[in-house]
Amino acid sequence: MHVHVKRAGALIAGSLLSASALADWQMNMSPGVTDTSNEIFGLHMTILWICVAIGVVVFGVMFWSIFAHRKSKGHKPAHFHENTVVEILWTIIPFAILVIMAIPATATLVDMYDTSESEVDIKVTGYQWRWKYDYIEDDFGYFSNMSTSRDEIYNRMEKSENYLLDVDNPMVIPAGKKVRLLLTANDVIHSWWVPNFGVKKDAIPGFINEIWVKVDKPGTYRGQCTELCGKDHGFMPVVVEVLPEEEYNLWLADQREAAEKERQLTEKDWTLEELVERGEGVYATACAACHGQDGSGGGGGAFPSLRGTPVVTEDIQAHLDIVVNGVSGTAMQAFGAQLSEADLAAVITYERNAWGNNTGEMVTPKEVFDYKNQ
Amino acid sequence: MSAVADTHAQDHHHGPAKGMTRWLLTTNHKDIGSMYLIFSFAMFLLGGSMAMVIRAELFQPGLQIVEPEFFNQMTTMHGLIMVFGAVMPAFVGLANWMLPLMVGAPDMALPRMNNWSFWLLPAAFLMLVSTLFMQGGAPNFGWTFYAPLSTTYGPPSTTFFIFAVHIMGISSIMGAINVIATILNMRAPGMTLMKMPLFVWTWLITAFLLIAVMPVLAGVVTMMLMDINFGTSFFDAAGGGDPVLFQHVFWFFGHPEVYIMILPAFGVVSHIIPAFARKPLFGYASMVYAVGAIALLSFLVWAHHMFTVGIPIFGQLFFMYATMLIAVPTGVKVFNWVATMFRGSMTFETPMLFSVAFVILFTIGGFSGLMLAIAPADFQYHDTYFVVAHFHYVLVPGAIFGIFAAAYYWLPKWTGTMYDETLGKTHFWLSFVGMNLAFFPMHFLGLAGMPRRIPDYALQFADFNMVSSVGAFMFGATQLLFLFIVVKCVRGYGEKASAKPWEGAEGLEWTVPSPAPYHTFATPPDVK
Repeated sequence: MHVHVKRAGALIAGSLLSASALADWQMNMSPGVTDTSNEIFGLHMTILWICVAIGVVVFGVMFWSIFAHRKSKGHKPAHFHENTVVEILWTIIPFAILVIMAIPATATLVDMYDTSESEVDIKVTGYQWRWKYDYIEDDFGYFSNMSTSRDEIYNRMEKSENYLLDVDNPMVIPAGKKVRLLLTANDVIHSWWVPNFGVKKDAIPGFINEIWVKVDKPGTYRGQCTELCGKDHGFMPVVVEVLPEEEYNLWLADQREAAEKERQLTEKDWTLEELVERGEGVYATACAACHGQDGSGGGGGAFPSLRGTPVVTEDIQAHLDIVVNGVSGTAMQAFGAQLSEADLAAVITYERNAWGNNTGEMVTPKEVFDYKNQ
Repeated sequence: MSAVADTHAQDHHHGPAKGMTRWLLTTNHKDIGSMYLIFSFAMFLLGGSMAMVIRAELFQPGLQIVEPEFFNQMTTMHGLIMVFGAVMPAFVGLANWMLPLMVGAPDMALPRMNNWSFWLLPAAFLMLVSTLFMQGGAPNFGWTFYAPLSTTYGPPSTTFFIFAVHIMGISSIMGAINVIATILNMRAPGMTLMKMPLFVWTWLITAFLLIAVMPVLAGVVTMMLMDINFGTSFFDAAGGGDPVLFQHVFWFFGHPEVYIMILPAFGVVSHIIPAFARKPLFGYASMVYAVGAIALLSFLVWAHHMFTVGIPIFGQLFFMYATMLIAVPTGVKVFNWVATMFRGSMTFETPMLFSVAFVILFTIGGFSGLMLAIAPADFQYHDTYFVVAHFHYVLVPGAIFGIFAAAYYWLPKWTGTMYDETLGKTHFWLSFVGMNLAFFPMHFLGLAGMPRRIPDYALQFADFNMVSSVGAFMFGATQLLFLFIVVKCVRGYGEKASAKPWEGAEGLEWTVPSPAPYHTFATPPDVK
């Protein structure tokens, strides 16, 4: 008991200290780094000051009445209860203010909707709970997963500077070019937001939404999914790296090459050990969020355990089918399009040989490829 | 005085029944009103304790107390219980108690239906709350239950949630029909429409809103039911359906719904401010027209909740302009309240304190609403804590302070005993400080970029979250004081209240004794 009290005390003291060390009492929107975000910031400040001005007048009259016209000061009540001129005035004046406000808002909106003449097109797909970026013209794409560790989240490790806002593979765009993003989703509705760009749009299954962004200043920009999308909604950050054009082109070449290598992995001959080793990593990013790091399931029984369950110990074709095609009507997604053949083979092999499921069975990337294309 | 003598004579024949049957079978508007109010307060505490879980988890970054699955169940149930269990039934309770007394009618027009619409509510909420104990947990998709998160990806308990919403909807529609029938048919001779008290007017308009939109809600949850259990694809893109359709239908209900939760509070405040300013309400007619205008506009603005779903630019512009327009009638109401206070002779008993705070803080919520209406700026505000701050500012110091103001104002009439003024003021000030501490920093969090409905947050949001949690705990704990004050009053500890305990109060409810006899206005009063 005593130890608990001490520990709680230390925890509270520690958190207060770290809070003050990280003191970041940001109170206002930041202007951001794009023309759009600056225009929005301008609109935001204009409407804010209009509200403040109206507030000062209205509350000013009110507080003065509260102060001066109180019974305890012997103030006798007046009896007026109508004044047509005043009532017409305070209908027309707010209306005029609104019209003045609507004009710049309309102009900004028209500008934001103009997605024409883009130089780079990237398809952004929301998944539970990660983003996928497909570079349409260059024939490659990759997933972007949060890289903050569970240990940090569960307070077993000190939180890093970009806690919850770090990913393994950020989206990369060139500086100074108009980039068009095509947003959609694979499962539920997500929303892609980078506050510094002034861009937020929902990614909706069955729809393709368009937005554009042009960032002049290279750097790393962070945001989050803003539409409730299930359990790990709070854990799917958006990170965008803006590179100068030459660096971007180098990066692009590397990515094309890597994609080519990935395709070759399917052709390679794999051993069980190699697949299990690769599968462990794939499992951690793609499966562990629901089925648990140790395969014991989660969500109070909503996500089944994979330890010794028939799916992973019996018919291997059925196992393949579930992983590739998902189970419709449940949270089990179709991973066929999300993972490469090598990763699919690796994760299935891993599941069949981990946590005491020692079946000794394996499936090769080639078999997965054949299965997907049968 | 003759009305008083009459009711006394009748008491012997038509007093309340004894024991539980009094409450189960009652058709008396006062009993039913009390049951609604008690039920609503119980739900307020339940939904509030869920908010305490949310704020405890958000006290610090990291996951400490609950897992994300359960966190999402808490945000969902908190919203559903507060909207459908606390705020709406509280106003129906006030309507039951006060409408017949205000229009000089002996009871509601349809007393048996009145009983039924109340008793449906505990059944609906028992079912809703029981989902917390089901396998897979309670609904976890937010109170707005967007498809397909709530259909294809919803927990098995979603079907129970749908059935609970159906029952609540039936209860609300019956309540609304009753209100309309009472107001249109049972007013005392001489009470023309434009002589009706404003609480009656606002409830009349609210009831029409309810009848218009509750069936829409029922429709959208029925489509969900079909998608989940009968293989349709209303909202499933893979089957040719449209997830955005869900949002259009939901918000066609949802936006009028927010006015359903605030218009009766407008009515309450329009009684209390003149009473304690000892001066007639400024601009009665314009108040009525403003409420009507707000109600009509509420049907034309639903897509401002959906600025980021990608509606075409002309749609975007239409909904932006229409939404901004709502500021005009809302502004008229605020100006009228201020003009009523101006050059009055004011005192500040608890109902007046809550009403003055209502005007100030609801206006702040209105300002942030105006900011949210600006579509380009909304791209930055949408689904952040700025929105959370906005709707809590219109719901807590709006709807809930309105309900508190009403409760203190009419408690002497209901119980025959004055509440303890010092405790009442303490309740007000603690609520006021706690509420602002809880919700004002949320504006900053949202502007700094914190999304809503997340169980954990990046480190730059830590400071204001801690402040907000402290405020929330303070506000939550303070509400137990309200319970104490009311129980004390009901038990009769306190000064006896006269028929009209407030010097400046006006209206028929103050012509009957305190506590109001079990039957009132058996003979209709004459209204000049």
